[in-house]
Amino acid sequence: MNMPALLTIAHLTLHDARRRKILSAAAACGAVFLAVFWTVSFFVARDLEQNPPSFLQRQINLVILSLFGLYAANFLSVLLASLLPVDALSGEIDSGVMQTLASKPVRRADIVLGKWLGFGTVIVLYFLALAAGVLGATRWIAGYQQLNVWIAIPLMLLELVVMHTISIAGGTRLGTVTNGIMTIGVYGAAWIGGWVEQLGTIGGIQSARAIGVTVSLFSPADSMWRLAAYYLQPDIVRSLGNAGPFAGGSVPSALMVWWALGFTAAALAFAVYSFGRRQL
Amino acid sequence: MIERVIDARGLRKSFGETLAVDDLSLTVGAGEVFGFLGPNGAGKTTSIKMLLALVTPDEGEGEVLGAPIGSREARARVGFLPEHCRFHDSLTARELVRFHGRLHGLRGEALETRIDRLLVRVDLLDAADRPLRGYSKGMLQRAGLAQALVNDPRLVFLDEPTSGLDPLGRLLVRDILGELRSNGVSVFLNSHLLGEVEATCDRVAFVKQGRVVHQLTLGAAPSSFEVEIRAVPLDPPVLEGLARFGTIVGRPGEDRVLLRVAGDAVLPDVSRWLVGQNVQLFELRGRRKSLEEWFVDVMGDDQRPG
Repeated sequence: MNMPALLTIAHLTLHDARRRKILSAAAACGAVFLAVFWTVSFFVARDLEQNPPSFLQRQINLVILSLFGLYAANFLSVLLASLLPVDALSGEIDSGVMQTLASKPVRRADIVLGKWLGFGTVIVLYFLALAAGVLGATRWIAGYQQLNVWIAIPLMLLELVVMHTISIAGGTRLGTVTNGIMTIGVYGAAWIGGWVEQLGTIGGIQSARAIGVTVSLFSPADSMWRLAAYYLQPDIVRSLGNAGPFAGGSVPSALMVWWALGFTAAALAFAVYSFGRRQL
Repeated sequence: MIERVIDARGLRKSFGETLAVDDLSLTVGAGEVFGFLGPNGAGKTTSIKMLLALVTPDEGEGEVLGAPIGSREARARVGFLPEHCRFHDSLTARELVRFHGRLHGLRGEALETRIDRLLVRVDLLDAADRPLRGYSKGMLQRAGLAQALVNDPRLVFLDEPTSGLDPLGRLLVRDILGELRSNGVSVFLNSHLLGEVEATCDRVAFVKQGRVVHQLTLGAAPSSFEVEIRAVPLDPPVLEGLARFGTIVGRPGEDRVLLRVAGDAVLPDVSRWLVGQNVQLFELRGRRKSLEEWFVDVMGDDQRPG
C-alpha cells in the first residue's frame, strides 16, 4: 500500500465531494431536519413542563423523541452513504476521469481505498454532526440524557460504513444508476428483513423470523440500527415490545457486529479485486 | 541510456467478440516524436491504454522505458493526455496539476514552482485559479497537457492533443512538442490531424484493424518523392527507359506519367535522358508525397467511410 498516494486520492475525493450538489442537498436536508427537531424538542419540553406526566411517562416520551431523532439522522446518513459514492468509480470510469488517475504510478487498490476513506470521512462527519444536533437538543432543550450513546453511535457508524462500502464495491462493476438502485435495494431488503424478523418473533412465526435473519446476513446494515436502538432504550421502553424501527422484539445478536465488520472487509476486498481487473 | 522507450511485441486485445488490437508490435526510440495513425476504430486508443496499464493485453509483452508494460516504474516516468480531457471539474487548473504531481510523489516548493512554470507554458496562468468546469475545451486540453508534464516525463502519450484547439493553441502544442524533442523526451502522438503529425513527427506507424501495417520515417522516406512528367511521345520504349530511374506508379494522361524516385537528385538525369531520346519534354514536376496520400494509400479503399 502506497500511503501518500492513498491519502492524496482521499484528499482529492474529499475536495471533490464537498463541492458536489448531493452533499449540499444532504447538508440542507440535515439542517432542515435539525431545525425541525429542535423546534419539536422545544415544544415537547414546554408541554412536559406545563402538563407534567408521571416520571415514567415523561421518560418514555423523551426516549421516543430521542430515538425518532437518531433514527432520522441515521436514515439521512444511510441515504448519503449509499448515494454519495455511487458514482465514485463508475462515473469516473464512464467519463474518462479515471484514465488520467490510473495512469499515474499508483496501485488500483490505492485508488479504491483512497476513495473509500475520503467518502467515509464525509459520511462519518455528516452523521456525527446530525447525531450531535439530536443529542444536544434532547439534552439541553428537553433535559434528557441519552443512554449508551458510546455503544449506539459506533453501531450506527458501522451501518453507514457497510452501506458506503457496498456502494463503492458496486461502482467497480455497475453503471451509476444501476449501482444506486442496487445499493438502495440492498438497504431496502435489510430494512424489510428487519421488520419480517420482528413480526416473526412477536407473532411466533419461525419461518418469518428465519427469513428475516437470513436477509440480515446478506445485508447486515439495518441490524446495526436495531442493535443500536436496543441499547438506546431503557428496559421499560424495550418491554413495550411493539414492532417498528425501535422495537426490542427481536434483538440482533452481538455476533452480528462481527458479521457486519467481516461483510465490510469482504465487500472492500471485492472492490479492490474487481477494480484491479476493470478495463479502463 | 535506454535506446528504445517503447518495445511492444505482439500485443493483442479483444472486448468480447470484438478484436480491438490484433498484433501490436512496434518500437519507439529515445527522443523520437512518433505518430500513430489509423482510421476510427483501428485500435489506436486501446493500444495506448495497453501501454499505460489502463487495459490489460490478452497476449503479448513488452517494455516501456525499460520496465515491463504497465508497471508502476514505467508509469512514474510517463505523462499522458487522454483523448477526452475529462478531469474533476470542481478543481482549478492549479489544483489539478498539484494533485497529479502529488500522485507522482512530488511535494512542496519544487512542485509549486513546477506548477507555475507549466501553467505559464500552456498559457493558463490567468485562469489557473478558476474551476475547470468553466473552461473551454481548448483550455481543458491545455490544463491536461500541464498535468501530463508535471513529473518531467521521459515519454509522453498524447491522444488527439490538438483536437479541441484553435490555430494558436495548436501552434502552442507544436512548440511544446518541439521543446520536448529538444530535451530528449519521446512523444507518442495519436492524431487524426495529419498536417500536425507531418509537422511534428519524426516517424509514423499506420494502424489498420488493430495491426501496424506500415511505418514511415518522415522527410527521409526513400520512396516518398514523386515526379510527374508531361512529354511526347511516352511510348513503351520510353516508359521502359524511365523505369530505370524509379517506379512508374501512374499514367494520369496519354502524355503524362507519374514516377516514384529516390529523391530530387535524380531529376536532372531524367530530363537529360528524355532529351537524349528526342522526347519533347513539356513539364517535369517533382513533389514529395503528403502524409494524407500515404494514409489513403496504406489504408486502401476499404477504410473509406460509406
